[in-house]
Amino acid sequence: MTTTETPAHLQHAGLAGVDRVAAALYTDPAIFAEEMKKIFYRTWVWVAHESEIPQAGSFKTTQVGDQPVIVTRDRKGSFNTLLNRCRHRGATVCDQRSGKANGFTCPYHNWSYTLDGRLRGIPYPDGYEGVVDKADFPLQTLRTESYLGMIWATFDADAEPLEEFLGDAKIWIERFFKQSNGFPTKVVGTHKFRFKGNWKIQLENTTDGYHFPMVHKSWMASVDAETASMMSFMDDPDAVTHALGNGHSVAIMAAAHADLDLDTGDEEIQPRFAHLVDELAAAGEPPQRIRRYMRSMHGCGFNLNLFPNIAMSSSFFRVLIPISVDETEVWHMALGMDGGPENINRERLRIHEHFQGPFGFGSPDDAEGWDRVQIGAGGNPLMPILVNRGESREHISDEGWPTSHVTDETGMRESYRMWKQMMSDD
Amino acid sequence: MTEALTFSDPRVLRAIQLVWKEAAALDAKDYQSWEAMYTDDGYYVIPIDPETTDFESSLNMVYDDKRMRRLRVERLLQGYSPSALAAARTVRVVSRFTVEHVGDDSVTLLSAQILNAFKRDRFSTIGAELTHKVVLSDDGDKIALKVARLIDSEDAVSASGFLV
Repeated sequence: MTTTETPAHLQHAGLAGVDRVAAALYTDPAIFAEEMKKIFYRTWVWVAHESEIPQAGSFKTTQVGDQPVIVTRDRKGSFNTLLNRCRHRGATVCDQRSGKANGFTCPYHNWSYTLDGRLRGIPYPDGYEGVVDKADFPLQTLRTESYLGMIWATFDADAEPLEEFLGDAKIWIERFFKQSNGFPTKVVGTHKFRFKGNWKIQLENTTDGYHFPMVHKSWMASVDAETASMMSFMDDPDAVTHALGNGHSVAIMAAAHADLDLDTGDEEIQPRFAHLVDELAAAGEPPQRIRRYMRSMHGCGFNLNLFPNIAMSSSFFRVLIPISVDETEVWHMALGMDGGPENINRERLRIHEHFQGPFGFGSPDDAEGWDRVQIGAGGNPLMPILVNRGESREHISDEGWPTSHVTDETGMRESYRMWKQMMSDD
Repeated sequence: MTEALTFSDPRVLRAIQLVWKEAAALDAKDYQSWEAMYTDDGYYVIPIDPETTDFESSLNMVYDDKRMRRLRVERLLQGYSPSALAAARTVRVVSRFTVEHVGDDSVTLLSAQILNAFKRDRFSTIGAELTHKVVLSDDGDKIALKVARLIDSEDAVSASGFLV
């Protein structure tokens, strides 16, 4: 509970404990506004994968928190994240989801900007003589850094270097991309949907192994026995969740695939992929290579949850865009091998469609649960939400990571630890 | 062929009748009847890319062959799926037909669909351009291809628990 003696900056942070949080964290618009300032405007927020902006002039639009941005690749090949807001009267200078351009021109008075945000032209400039020096009015530029093709941006010019922020998560990012089998990874399509609930409800879900057999029973019933078995981790002692620090965590559902370079050789290739094996063999691919492709069909065997807005989730990226305290947009970005066998890329599209998206066999059931959390959490906003599952069996792994079973809530506790730390910072 | 003649062509009327029958089955959530309206090699597609016709190489919202339709209907009816159990009620209107192809064996129709869904005190509207390829047969006309291009396919589409 907050009291009048509590310093104002600690009031919201105080609603999050170690193993439980007040439901108001999902429902209070004031907390949402504070999260924008203290989390989304301060930390590294994921904005793009390099394959989405493959060439000089390529761009995409997205949001950092609730603010519209453009992510570009400029003529020098550098990545830029620009606030999508004209310096004159504030209109957005780009209204497309993605594309290729030489620069951006505001539709209102045609002020124009380069790919790295410099103000290039002002129509009828005589009215600005002695008033505006173009060098003083570039688009606001966010600090932008990338790691293994993943691009993050931050409004905080003094933020720690991206790689320090990622910390121990870097090992898992590297392992995630092993599913591309040496080819560059490319984003091959995106499912987008919204649910009527707070963004943290989805943040929690990415490392929530506990919900899987209940919420996704209909998906489990629709897949082959081998795939269902791969996701039957409820009693698997090797299925664990690690807290990696800085709010990041990893939930390992299929330990045998966590590092695809390691192959004990005793895993059977799923019969459902027999047609692909035949096609690849006919195309002259060697057996070991085919085996490697087949073992990576479902991705990497783990969900890596990177605070606050991106997950590298088995075989796809999950992006969170907070819309309001009770509405969140989710992007599920399907991945393929750039230059890899197209029959495998197509099969990965089908696997993605089967679970993800507004008409998938999985996402709508997740969204139904999240909508219900938001409605229910409106009842007594100070009653705690429990994230204490597995607390008594949590231990420190050899790597130094707090660790428990994959059905436990270790990952959520790590997110809320970071949330609490950032929300108490001035 | 003039427009007036097109819409008095009995082959076209048979196709339109099937499209309306399908719409009624989907609003009634009569998925078993719906499934039986498709040919064995038929596809039901909700693409994301508004232009593509190469659905196999694209990420779609739905790309169902016979096997996936069977699994989808099973999922919607078996009672395990929370979103199917709590699915919105829907009413849809399909109209503004144009005839892309008419022959003795098949008719391809383009149409517009406005679907209104109601769930938990909220209405939502989904607009779509539909393409139906209907195969005509004395044993019963069937859908060989349905493509539903949602007008917001590239933006956020709410997870729904029903079919368009």
